[in-house]
Amino acid sequence: MTREEIIKPENLVYRRTPVLTDNVMHYCPGCGHGTVHRLIAEVIEEMGIQDKTIGVAPVGCSVLAYNYFDVDFVEAAHGRAPAVATAIKRLHQNHFVFTYQGDGDLAAIGTGETIHACNRGENIVIIFVNNGIYGMTGGQMAPTTLPNMKTSTSPYGRDVEVMGPPLKITELVAQLPGTYYVTRQAVYTPALVRKAKKAIRQAFENQKLNKGVSFVEIVSNCNSGWKLTPVKSNEWLEENMLPFYPLGDIKVPAKEV
Amino acid sequence: MAFKGTLIIDTEKCKGCGVCIIGCPQKCIALGKKVNKKGYNHLEIIEDTCIGCANCAVVCPDGVIEVYKVKV
Amino acid sequence: MAKEIRLMKGNEAVAEGAIRCGCDGYFGYPITPQSEILEYLTVQNPYPKTGMVVLQAESETASINMVYGGAACAKKVMTSSSSPGISLMQEGLSYIAGAELPALCVNVVRGGPGLGTIQPSQADYFQTVKGGGHGDYKLITLAPASVQEMYDFVGLGFDLAFKYRNPVMILSDGLIGQVMEKVEIDDYTPRWTDEYIAEKFPWAMIGKPASRGHNIVTSLELDSAKQEQVNLRLQAKYKVCEENEVRYETFQVEDADILLVAYGSSARISQKVIELCRAQGLKVGLLRPITLWPFPTKAINEISKHVKGILTVEMSAGQMVEDVRLAVGCAVPVKHYGRFGGIIPTPTEIVEAIKTF
Ligand SMILES: Cc1ncc(C[n+]2csc(CCOP(=O)(O)OP(=O)(O)O)c2C)c(N)n1
Ligand code: SF4
Ligand code: SF4
Ligand code: SF4
Repeated sequence: MTREEIIKPENLVYRRTPVLTDNVMHYCPGCGHGTVHRLIAEVIEEMGIQDKTIGVAPVGCSVLAYNYFDVDFVEAAHGRAPAVATAIKRLHQNHFVFTYQGDGDLAAIGTGETIHACNRGENIVIIFVNNGIYGMTGGQMAPTTLPNMKTSTSPYGRDVEVMGPPLKITELVAQLPGTYYVTRQAVYTPALVRKAKKAIRQAFENQKLNKGVSFVEIVSNCNSGWKLTPVKSNEWLEENMLPFYPLGDIKVPAKEV
Repeated sequence: MAFKGTLIIDTEKCKGCGVCIIGCPQKCIALGKKVNKKGYNHLEIIEDTCIGCANCAVVCPDGVIEVYKVKV
Repeated sequence: MAKEIRLMKGNEAVAEGAIRCGCDGYFGYPITPQSEILEYLTVQNPYPKTGMVVLQAESETASINMVYGGAACAKKVMTSSSSPGISLMQEGLSYIAGAELPALCVNVVRGGPGLGTIQPSQADYFQTVKGGGHGDYKLITLAPASVQEMYDFVGLGFDLAFKYRNPVMILSDGLIGQVMEKVEIDDYTPRWTDEYIAEKFPWAMIGKPASRGHNIVTSLELDSAKQEQVNLRLQAKYKVCEENEVRYETFQVEDADILLVAYGSSARISQKVIELCRAQGLKVGLLRPITLWPFPTKAINEISKHVKGILTVEMSAGQMVEDVRLAVGCAVPVKHYGRFGGIIPTPTEIVEAIKTF
């Protein structure tokens, strides 16, 4: 069978979702941000909620996320996305509102907004991309930087005696009654991508229930900040990030009886 | 059941990161010698053994792979 | 039909004005001397009646960013605070101005710097009209001098905010926030429907229908040539605003030898000063700027041509006086009389200052 015979509309098994725009993403080759964007966009497409979704972009590498999603999008100040999303959701209660944030944005400068949006149980989705570093500003230490991990502001490795240990904000928000679903995923293998997509889908579905925040952490890579090739960065992620940030659900909705 | 698949790769948008290659069960894709306008060695099909599993497409950060398959 | 009249505090009038003018959301954090705004709103609980959302935020930073989110949806949203809280909001105000969103903010000013006092002050003039946050932007600034104006300026503020897609500041002070006066109250204006918003404000976050591209609200532009264009567009908008929105009132300026320039509480006190002076044969008049930006530069310049001197009265070390000097040049002497740190000047001490002008 020739290639031409296979490439027919009825044989299509995977294509780029139209909920992403045609713009070429500015991310470094192999950066997980692109994959996470695609999964969110696929979920929006599959749920048929493009006309009811409003996204909130952070300050960080994904500051331009609004150029890649073909949905209405607000760019928030650094760390403030949960506050911005709070108002949008309260004023558009039937819409699907999500924030997309990096670890510096969500777990350093925006810690207050994150915790309080979660504690109030805002009926939003928070997508938290944890790459353990400040990608956008050139690889400085983040609240999530691993112990002894070298960054441009921890050049001899993160000294936990001086800087404290990495902040497991996801475990922290799981303690709050306002979070309904809290999970940690990754996107560097096909199987993990498929699982992560299911988690994102569940998070968006949860918004229909009005039960509080659905919080999806994605442990991701920053090959530029980590100074590794894309493939090596994913290996490093598996070996170093995952033992500290284990994958899986942290808080799942209690089964209704 | 066996499947035969193939890909359409948007080579101009491929960034040559290679993360798609790792998960291919057939080892039928690789980065080629040719570079695109951005200067990246883009992805190519190297063997005619693709089974259309879409593993490559789902991990591609830039969403540049389209997958087709038929039952054989 | 005769309007309803109520005796209210200035802060309560702001809150009632918001409910009545079809406001969609208030987001705020307590601080003296304006906590009554949030308290009054939570007591009234307008949500079941008008659909207005009232939310106590975790900080002023969160409040102003909630306002940013609501404004991005072209909803009539507002916040209020007092000086230290307004300082925390400067980043958000800059973003709102940069993204060209309509929003209303009320500052019931107290004495500073730092934690300062909880008593009235006008020392946030510079912060408000010179751009307290980063970048070249302007806040349309309304300065109420009565409880009635506290009420009226909420509706007016929203009108101006939407007309210019720009943040509006009501710059009040602890005196007007706390004093009780009679207020004429309007009927309820219904909140805008989502259909109306979609039609009137095509830029609003409302969910992308198939019929248009996605809307983006941002203040980011990586290309500096484009960012310069953004700035030029903003400056052009500010110019239109300066040409059309200057508001002020004058009292007995026609024959005045000395012109007082004062806004807000100081303008109220200055009216008393005119009475005292005129009784003693001193010809004193008053110009009260109602908009602090755009500033009544031309009007002050005109009046300066037939007075011998100008005295600004401010509860600050002298901030607005700089704009008065810019308006007047060297034509006549421009002096400042001020008390600060929460002290309200008495009419008598101002009369003395006029005598020794
Ligand atoms: C108020 C403020 N402080 C600092 C910055 C600079 N800044 C931009 S992005 C960033 C960190 C981003 O890191 P993260 O949130 O982890 O996202 P990533 O880039 O890694 O995806 C910082 C510090 C800013 N834009 N605004
Ligand atoms: S700097 Fe890091 S996080 Fe940013 S795009 Fe590059 S790899 Fe991704
Ligand atoms: S579809 Fe599957 S078999 Fe075909 S190239 Fe991609 S990963 Fe390999
Ligand atoms: S993952 Fe995508 S961008 Fe990277 S090499 Fe493969 S096709 Fe190209």
